[in-house]
Amino acid sequence: MFEASDLNERNRRVERLWRLLFLVMTVLLIVPVVVILSVLIHKGGPVLSIDFLFTEPVQGMTAGGIFPALVGTVWLVTVALLASVPIGVAAALYLSEYAPDNWLTRAINLAIINLAGVPSIVHALFGVGAFVLFFRFGTSILAASLTLAIMTLPVVIVATRESLQAVPQAFREACWNMGATRWQTIRRVVLPNSISGILTGVILEVSRTAGETAPIMFTGAAFFLPFLPQSVYDQTMAMSLHLFVISTQVPGVPEALPFGVALVLISMVLAMNAISIAFRMHLRSKKKW
Amino acid sequence: MASAEAVSDIAIETRQVNLWYGTFQALFDVDLQIPRGRITSMIGPSGCGKTTFLRSVNRINERLGYVRTTGSIEVLGYDIYAPDVELVQVRKRIGMVFQRPNPLPLSIRDNVVFGYRVHSGRRKIPQTELDELVESALRQVLLWDTVKDRLDRQATELSLEEQQKLCIARLLPVKPAVLLMDEPCSALDPKGTEAVEELIWQLRGDYTILIVTHNMAQARRASEECIFMLLGKVVEHAPTDEIFVTPRNQETADYIEGRYG
Ligand SMILES: Nc1ncnc2c1ncn2[C@@H]1O[C@H](COP(=O)(O)OP(=O)(O)OP(=O)(O)O)[C@@H](O)[C@H]1O
Ligand SMILES: [Mg+2]
Repeated sequence: MFEASDLNERNRRVERLWRLLFLVMTVLLIVPVVVILSVLIHKGGPVLSIDFLFTEPVQGMTAGGIFPALVGTVWLVTVALLASVPIGVAAALYLSEYAPDNWLTRAINLAIINLAGVPSIVHALFGVGAFVLFFRFGTSILAASLTLAIMTLPVVIVATRESLQAVPQAFREACWNMGATRWQTIRRVVLPNSISGILTGVILEVSRTAGETAPIMFTGAAFFLPFLPQSVYDQTMAMSLHLFVISTQVPGVPEALPFGVALVLISMVLAMNAISIAFRMHLRSKKKW
Repeated sequence: MASAEAVSDIAIETRQVNLWYGTFQALFDVDLQIPRGRITSMIGPSGCGKTTFLRSVNRINERLGYVRTTGSIEVLGYDIYAPDVELVQVRKRIGMVFQRPNPLPLSIRDNVVFGYRVHSGRRKIPQTELDELVESALRQVLLWDTVKDRLDRQATELSLEEQQKLCIARLLPVKPAVLLMDEPCSALDPKGTEAVEELIWQLRGDYTILIVTHNMAQARRASEECIFMLLGKVVEHAPTDEIFVTPRNQETADYIEGRYG
């Protein structure tokens, strides 16, 4: 009575086939990541040391460490975060909590999505025109970070909006029905329940800018500058540009050096990701619905 | 407005209310006088406009941009659609309970005083005042004894029945005049339904309660007046014992006897 029919058999074979296909795709996806990481660790690992992280490059950047570039990248990402987070979060709050659903809002949303697709070299040129020349920030951390900020704004807005929209509408209705204003609803219910998603999304997005080269190349990052920046008006070295320079522009660099720089760069980004994921789990564990 | 009107026995009075969702008309010439301090139930087949009517009594409908309402709705003698009316005050005086309990993701205590805090502005509310409010509201909804030892737990951990009681309790500290309830028991099991009904019955007198239900037995047990709606129109409005025993209208009789929807 309960034995398998031919149809059952066939379905099971088809099921196995699809499952296998999806598995293969997943493996294909992971392979490059694993290869990149192992090559980097294998080739770059030997040059890593405390000295490598905390000394300047010497002998025309063919030896020594990466300290100024490391510090510069931290500066660039931090200032970019400070600029893009408040603006992006505020814009997302407006779009998701206040804006009426009309053609203008839809047009703005469309523009934001398209903005996310603008190539980074275009942002770089915009940054030169706007921040370096028009606002007279010169080539500086400020100009470079603002360029990075502009570039990440669309993704910050999208990530924030997604977190906001993950808060069930029923909570908002409950608040409005008790006479709470939009802002009271946002402050007391919406933000507390979306802040973890917002922050992690934002950190993830902005940490990716640590690897960007084009937008900072003309706006604030220097090829070689063995001093630490003192303020946002200084130029600075940066990991990404440094990697580009020693890989392609400087003769006689030992092979291990660029791999070492790349390894540090990727570790920085992964560390930021890990922090933001840990942070998210910590905040998640406190909320329940 | 004349203050004499404000003490009349009518809590909600509507005149010729018509409502459109875009081009679709959902309410037709609704004329109702809902008595103060009593429980009035609204029955009718699905889609007849019960929820729509309820939601226009606290003006939550108009958040949808495409809704148009004509006619007048007066609550306690005041036209709530008048241009100088402050929506926040409308919502404060007219509380709403939903079909699915929707406690906020806060502690039980914070849920109860949420509305009160919202309406207190920047004033720092003394802890003793809050404690009293919480206790009295929870006592009124017959929930105090079950939750008094876990006021700081998340409200979402409560059972559905307790959540629904909490959703009623959180309306009380701001002293509403009218409570609108849209099928408040339909997500609850029979025991929960009974408990919430009992609670609603106890609140009668202090509040004017307008309750939508699909449950004939509930309308019969737990309301004093009953409104039957059909296709956006009010068909019959009478004391509950009359409407269920001697309906004046054939459609009402058919519906009550379960002959449609
Ligand atoms: N937001 C809306 N937009 C457009 N039409 C709507 C909307 N809400 C309700 N309607 C329509 O208005 C009519 C009345 O709906 P309403 O929800 O008020 O009925 P109801 O009596 O509460 O039904 P139920 O018993 O199923 O809850 C229905 O035909 C419905 O399709
Ligand atoms: Mg309904």
